[in-house]
Parts: sequence; C-alpha cells; structure tokens
Amino acid sequence: MSKTKAAKPPPLPGPVSHTFDLSETTLREMNHALHQAESGTFAVVNPRGAHAVAAGIFTDIDVVVNGSVGYYCAGMHQHGRVRVEGNASTGLAENIMSGEVRISGNATMSAGATGCGGLVVVEGNAGARCGISMKGVDIVVGGNVGHMSAFMAQAGNLVVLGDADHDLGDSIYEAELFVRGTVASLGSDCVEKPIEAEHRDVLERLLTAAGLGGRPEQFRRFGSARTLYNFAVDDIDAEVAGTSRNRSKNTKTKKKASAKQRGQSATKKRTTKKQSSQESSSKKSTTEKRSTKQPKNTKKGAKQ
Amino acid sequence: MTEQPWHLRESFTFDRNVIAEIRRAANTGIYRIRGWGAKRELPTFDDLVFLGASMSRYPLEGYREACGTDVVIGAERAERPVKLDIPITIAGMSFGSLSAQAKEALGRGANSAGTSTTTGDGGMTPEERGHSKTLVYQYLPSRYGMNPDDLRKADAIEVVVGQGAKPGGGGMLMGQKINERVAEMRTLPEGIDQRSACRHPDWTGPDDLEIKIIELREIVDWQVPIYIKVGAARPYYDTALAVKAGADAVVVDGMQGGTAATQDVFIEHVGIPTIAAIPEAVRALKELGAHRRVKLIAAGGIRSGADVAKALALGADAVSIGTAALIAIGDNDPTYEEEYRALGSSAGFWDDFQAGNDPAGITTQDPALAGRLDPVIGGRRLANYLQVLTLEVQTLARANGKSHVSNLEPEDLAALTVEAAAMARVPLAGTTWIPGQDG
Repeated sequence: MSKTKAAKPPPLPGPVSHTFDLSETTLREMNHALHQAESGTFAVVNPRGAHAVAAGIFTDIDVVVNGSVGYYCAGMHQHGRVRVEGNASTGLAENIMSGEVRISGNATMSAGATGCGGLVVVEGNAGARCGISMKGVDIVVGGNVGHMSAFMAQAGNLVVLGDADHDLGDSIYEAELFVRGTVASLGSDCVEKPIEAEHRDVLERLLTAAGLGGRPEQFRRFGSARTLYNFAVDDIDAEVAGTSRNRSKNTKTKKKASAKQRGQSATKKRTTKKQSSQESSSKKSTTEKRSTKQPKNTKKGAKQ
Repeated sequence: MTEQPWHLRESFTFDRNVIAEIRRAANTGIYRIRGWGAKRELPTFDDLVFLGASMSRYPLEGYREACGTDVVIGAERAERPVKLDIPITIAGMSFGSLSAQAKEALGRGANSAGTSTTTGDGGMTPEERGHSKTLVYQYLPSRYGMNPDDLRKADAIEVVVGQGAKPGGGGMLMGQKINERVAEMRTLPEGIDQRSACRHPDWTGPDDLEIKIIELREIVDWQVPIYIKVGAARPYYDTALAVKAGADAVVVDGMQGGTAATQDVFIEHVGIPTIAAIPEAVRALKELGAHRRVKLIAAGGIRSGADVAKALALGADAVSIGTAALIAIGDNDPTYEEEYRALGSSAGFWDDFQAGNDPAGITTQDPALAGRLDPVIGGRRLANYLQVLTLEVQTLARANGKSHVSNLEPEDLAALTVEAAAMARVPLAGTTWIPGQDG
C-alpha cells in the first residue's frame, strides 16, 4: 500500500447544536430528528457499530460521528456533510446524491455504491466493490480498494491513492478511474487511457477536496473500451443474399442484420456528448492500451 | 395453417418452432431476446375448479349481499399502510420499457379501480407519480434512477430480488428504447443495449437485506410498507427469508410472469409455475405464524377473475397483473394487424417488446407510435377490465359462501389433474387424494 498523507480531522463547522448518544437514544429517534433539522452541527456518540446512522439526510446540516458505524452509514445522503471518526461497514454513503461523506478509518464493501453525486472520502482503505454502479459520485480513497471496485461504474470519478485489487472497473461504462499505486488486474472492457488536461483538472480538484496529498501526475487513468455496449450480432442470411445479388450486379455487399432476425437491437454505434468528447481525446493518443492483465472477455460481445 | 399431406409428418422433437429457432441462431450467433412471458404449456389455474355451494355450504346472494374486496398492506410497521379497494395490483413496469402514455394509462386505470401501480427499472417519472394515487417504488439491483426524493414520494417500496420471467437475471432494455430521456434517467449512454445488474450492489443474502430494509425504513421515517419481490424459484425458503428480513409483503412472481426483454431460454426454462409457488409461500408464512400478517401477493399469468379467486383461495392476499394489464390498454390490438404482419408477426402473437416498434404504442419510446395510445381511453379500458376481474372474484366468493374474498380457502378448490393436485395441494376432483400427502 502506498503511504498516504495522514489527514488532520477538519474542525467542526460550528458549535454543536445537539449531541445524540446512541446508548440512550434510538436510531429511529435520531434519524428522524436529523431529517427534521434544517441547519446546525450534530454530534453522535456511542454509535457502537449501529446500522443506517445518519441515513437519508437531505438538508444542509453537519453530522460528526465519534466511533465506528455499521452498514449504510449516510445512505442516500443529500446536501449536508457527515464525518465518521472511525470505520464503517458495508454500503457507506450508498446512493449518495450530493454533499460530502468522509470517514477517517476504513470502509468495508460497496462504499459509495450507486452514488449519483457528491463526494465520498475514505481516508483509510476501502474493501471490495468500492464505487460499484456509481452514477456520478466522486470517491477518493486514501489507501487501497478491494477487488471488483467500480464494477459497472456508470459515471463519476474514483481516485485511489493506494493500490487496486483484481478486476478493477469490470463492465465499466463512463466513469473515470484514477489509481496512484498498482492495479492487480483490470476487469472486462476496462482499459488504461491517457490522462489529458481535463483529467488532471479533475484530479487536482478531487485531491484538494480530499486533503490526502497526491499529485495528478502520479496517477494512471482507466475507463471503458466500450466493446460491451451493444450486442454483437451476425447476419449470414443477409450476407449470402447480398453476395447472390452482387454476383448479378457485380457490386460489393454490406453486412446488415434486420431487427427481426436479431430479435434485438442494432449494433450501430451511438454515443453521448461526453462519450464523443472522450473518444476524440483518446484518438489523439496512440498509447491507449489494455492494461496489466488481459481482460477475461476480449471478444466483442462475449460478456452477454 | 396450410393443410399438409399425411406423409409429411412433423417431428415432435424438431417441430417448426424448434427448426426456426435453430436457423435463427445459426444466422445471428446470439440468443433470442423477446418480451412477454413463458409461452410453453404449463400447469395453470385452469387446472383447478371451485366446488361452490352445496348442502353443507351456503352461498351468498349474488346481487344483494356484500362481499368485501379490500386489502391493507403494512399495517403493523408502516405509519401509512397501503389500502387497496381490490386485491389486484399493477405489476412493476418501467418507463423506458413502456411509453409515458402507457404508464399514464396504467395509473389512470388503477386509480379508478382503487389499486396501486408500480414503477420499474429506471426510476419514477413525474407523470406516473402524478397519475397514480398509490404508487409502489421498485428498488432494483441496477438502482437506475434511484433517488431518495422519489423514495419519499412513494406509497410503498418494493425491493426486487427477482422476477418470474427471469429469476437470477437482470433487466434488459435494448438500444432502440434508450432515447435521450431514458438514458438520462439511467445515467447511461444513449443507444446502448442496457443489461441491468442481477445482484444488488450493497447487500448479499437475507441478513444483509434485513439491514437494508432498516435503512430504507429509516430514510422514509417508517412511513410506508416495504415489499420484497422474488421470482418463483424456491418460494418456501425465499418467503421465509423475506419474512425474516422484515418485509410487510412478499411478492411471488411465477414463471408465467412477463418481461419487456429477456432471453427466450430464460423465460421458458427458469422458475416454477405460479400455481406451484403459492402453496409453498403460504406454507412458509404459516410455519412462521405470519400468514395474513405479512401479505402475500401472487403474480405470473393472472388473466381472469377466476385466476384471482383461485390465487386467493390458495392463500394469497392479493395478485399482481402485468401482461393482462397491457393487453387491456391495447397491446396486440387487432386494429394494427397489418403492421404486426409487416413485422413478421400477428396481433395476439407479437412479443418483440424489446424492439421498440410496437404498433400499439405501448412498449416503445418512438413518439409517433407512443402517440397512438390515448392514455385516457387506455385507462378506462384497464378500469373496466379490473372491474370485471373484481366482479368475477366476488361472484366466485359468494358462490362459495364467503362475505370477503380473502375468506376463500383451499377447501373450496379441487384439482382436475394429478399434477395440479400435487402442486396446489388440493384434492384431485372427486377424491380426497392430494399427491404427496397421507390418505
């Protein structure tokens, strides 16, 4: 694991409005009170590994949890900021929409899963499937990430200051992955891509926000090869018919499958604006290549 | 069908469907993807009959005496339980797989009948929230469009573990239907062949799911009920584990359940029929002392009031319909026969829901085709259909002496086949014999 700059706990954003002692208050009472609050800073003590601590916050409040938490801490978080002084179990900040969730220790599986926006900072290590199906969230991990991280990641940025375990970015869509350390292997359809100025800007912004050190030029970038976006479909009948026609017309034939024959979609390339931009930038470089380990399924459409 | 000379004997093993599929596979190199549900012959509710009244059973007056149809879901835990006027709900179908007009028609019809509709893979649209008085929000493995603001707007949350058409498989939405709006809702590039995840990203197994359900309840401040939907695979264990995980309702979807797009091999060869799934789910509920407390919603191939009544008699509290609701609002409408033929199909046979070129304007995102469906008329058709189903259930319930449809029971049924008797756990007609049970 790469050594990460130890982050100092940021100062509390303001005087504590209320302290919830989870040895005396029920989770339901605390979360309900947090949902009612429109502003303020709230402290949580004695979390004792409780699940769903500060889940569903949707206002601009600050919550500081002193101790380790269980599953789904700050789940579906919006707008506010949650800081955990300790470790977190599965699903930290799952489906976060906006705001910030920060943890001083380690997070186990699926940190930031399906997150749509906002920032998740894990100052220690994150376990398997960190950023799985992420949809726009930015995740910065000070240490390492476990296997299958960014699996089916759709959008957003995953920045890893340490190492990434096997099958990083398997079946990735349009998310961007940045790793400072080593990558044990890339998953299917994930490839190394060149870092352009726009990516350095993103890294600069996220590294500054996370406050864990690191410089953009230390990172490698990974993303989708986009070979799994559409099914690969043959159409021998059309080819044969075309060849037959060509014999009489003496012209070249085009391979084209009808929707009926495929029973599914055409494979013509369709791109988003973002995708077009990324493709044009990757065309600038000839260095784009498959990374440390050849993905399992390299045949187009093999992973169907 | 053209009459063939007798010496042209068709192979039972390699019939025309089989030969056509082999040829299609050889041409394309890809499995067949289609919509609808299982088309093969399966044991159905038609293999059961009601016994009706007799010397020892008094019927209720069909036109005069009340026969209740309401059902309440989540009364034990939710601050706002779901209260339905009829025990027939509309199953989860996404915007994306269906047009906005179709979703609106479903909402309108369900509202008129006093029942719920359900979102699908891809999130909740403002239109469907606006047109559905009671809306169940599906929480799926893909989490496409998953948004806590919408979660708080929902009247119930349905955690989808599986679907009858494809237990163990994720959703599919082919590129033709991933237009700009659908792509934006799902955070995906336009035009890709979208294959949804089949496993939830942040929980594995029933112990995790129990915690997930606590999280969902916390996020919505314990306001609404939480359902768990499973494909009919191992309904005894799945139902027991759903109860253990804290569900207010368990939706068991048999293999006849429909889909917008899935591999044909999945649709036809995975899962068990609805008639076989209900008794197993009921057995689990009874053993846990949860029958009627945790509601059982049966789905998969429900077509008529008779089917609804039989599902209730086997122990379900409500049913869910999908394919039948689409047919009611206009799917496979013979009006468009010429267009179905141009697509190589025919009204009543068309199942290429994945293709996005639905002549009836229901399973499409093409604005011109979608505009063919008048959501007001479609909603009225669905409301009429739901009314007929309800009247039929009441007719059968009264004939069996029940003042509420939930009082229907297995004792009211007999089976016409040994297979149905074994699966449904009711006696073979004219006997007291239930295969697999003593006596």
